[in-house]
Amino acid sequence: MTESLELDSRIEQPDDFYEELIRLHDGLTEEQSRDVNTRLILILSNHIGDKNVLSEAFHLARKGV
Amino acid sequence: MLRTYQYPEFPYSRSPDQDATLPVHHPVLIVGGGMVGLTMALDLRLKGIPAIVLEQGETVSDGSRSICQAKRTLEIWDRQGAATPMIGKGITWNIGRVRNRDQVLYSFDLLPEEGHKIPAFVNLQQYWVEEYLIDRLTQVGGEIRWQNKVTGITPAKDSVTIEVDTPEGPYALTCDYLIAADGARSQMRRELDLPFKGQVFNDKFLITDIEMKADFPSERWFWFDPEFNPGQSALLHRQADNVWRLDFQVGADADNEEEMKHENVIPRVKAMLGEQTPFELEWISVYTFQCRRLEQFRHGRVFFIGDAAHQVSPFGARGGNGGVQDADNLGWKLDLVLQGKAPDSLLDSYDEERIFASDENILNSTRSTDFLTPKTPVSRSFRDAVLSLAEECVFARPLVNSGRLSMPATLHNSTLNTLDEETFEGLMMPGAPAADAPIRFDGRAGWLLDHLGAGFKGLIFGAQGSVPARLDADGLSIDILTVGETGLQDVKGWITNRYDGQPGTFYLFRPDQHVVGRWRQFDEEKVLSALRRAVGKV
Repeated sequence: MTESLELDSRIEQPDDFYEELIRLHDGLTEEQSRDVNTRLILILSNHIGDKNVLSEAFHLARKGV
Repeated sequence: MLRTYQYPEFPYSRSPDQDATLPVHHPVLIVGGGMVGLTMALDLRLKGIPAIVLEQGETVSDGSRSICQAKRTLEIWDRQGAATPMIGKGITWNIGRVRNRDQVLYSFDLLPEEGHKIPAFVNLQQYWVEEYLIDRLTQVGGEIRWQNKVTGITPAKDSVTIEVDTPEGPYALTCDYLIAADGARSQMRRELDLPFKGQVFNDKFLITDIEMKADFPSERWFWFDPEFNPGQSALLHRQADNVWRLDFQVGADADNEEEMKHENVIPRVKAMLGEQTPFELEWISVYTFQCRRLEQFRHGRVFFIGDAAHQVSPFGARGGNGGVQDADNLGWKLDLVLQGKAPDSLLDSYDEERIFASDENILNSTRSTDFLTPKTPVSRSFRDAVLSLAEECVFARPLVNSGRLSMPATLHNSTLNTLDEETFEGLMMPGAPAADAPIRFDGRAGWLLDHLGAGFKGLIFGAQGSVPARLDADGLSIDILTVGETGLQDVKGWITNRYDGQPGTFYLFRPDQHVVGRWRQFDEEKVLSALRRAVGKV
């Protein structure tokens, strides 16, 4: 079964989430931060699993840059 | 000098205390007559405690400073009989709009539900707020000693002695309790050599108040990266008397002197509002800010309230509003302890509860500041990604943080609370500030909060023959109100809805209108036990 990319807000405490995300990078160099972000994308992609959802997300991310 | 406001002058006048041979004793002295000190004085005065305000100046706030007066703050002032002229004079608003470059990302409504007497926010310059508080304090017989500068403090076990300087020389006073409401640069804090720890932010912001007749709606407008202030943020807010607050982020490297020159401010304002909009400059300043607090707000017989105790960034309007709520928290506790109706330990709960609230304010304020002024390239990259996604994607909007505007703290883990034994829906949990609702009483329309007033109150849902109109214990009393045909008529059903008021449900409120505890059935023993806990006797 294929789902479509969820764009509504699903994170219950958005400010808590955002702070943790930024803190994840505390004390890292820019290069280390990039590595962390890259690993994070791979980890989350695997968690999502659905290739169509991932393709939609890739497209959306690329479109805005 | 301001174009739209004439500062009142309050003359120094000699007090008989200055002619006494020994220092005269008072139950409570308040250092500082700003909005927080005045609220404190008013609260105590209305409770019958002759608290005296010692103020080094001779007029009200220099500049508009705290402009966003939040709902809970106004509810407190309303209870004190001071809010009506403020709401009449100020600008009521509920809507905020956030823009990124030229696109409106989203708007938010801070009071999305009906049925509250007081709006989400009223914008009113601090000098007006203080003038109305002084009017009200004078009306109820309160005393402010102008040009009385407290220069020394000697706390002892049984009292506090202070040295006061006046135009006619120094004198001393003693008191049971001293309340330091002397602001961010608190002299009392320095006298006691107390550390004031936290985070300092480097980014500078230029504030200007302008007088302008414009028909922009009464909303909070916030811009990320606007054309008129590239790479930085900006904020527009309407105040009373056609005065508008403009706030420009100018970066960490800005030169204060240069930024404040009229020849540099005027082009900024024109770029924001358009060449054709006529305006006059009213006030200009450049500020940086800190998010920090004292480790303790109570030091024996000395209490710190407002900016003297804690400082936050202005995004979120949590400075003045947090301070007023400090005063509201401390007033009833001092009253009961001075009357001998509660143990001294009740005063420790001021420290516990307001540090909890202060940390909530500091957390929200710090997060907003981190979003507005990202500290690292990766933080900026995430911030910019959120902004670029927010227009198209709903999920990104809650992540945009242009200030989380002041909400009163729910004192979740306060030792004064009695925990629920049963299940309830909604937000009115122990520690929550009471939500308002429209009622009819005695044939007239009114509001729940007006009936909760300033004492311990019970609220019973449905006429209950077995529930008394009043409970007395240990010199304390609880007046019990009924929600139903015979008491407060829940005309819209909103009390029942907001309090999950199934028939038989009973709520106990503190004098500052926070929920103490609630039960599905009235049980006198349980209610009295909760009352004892709420005054620090457990």
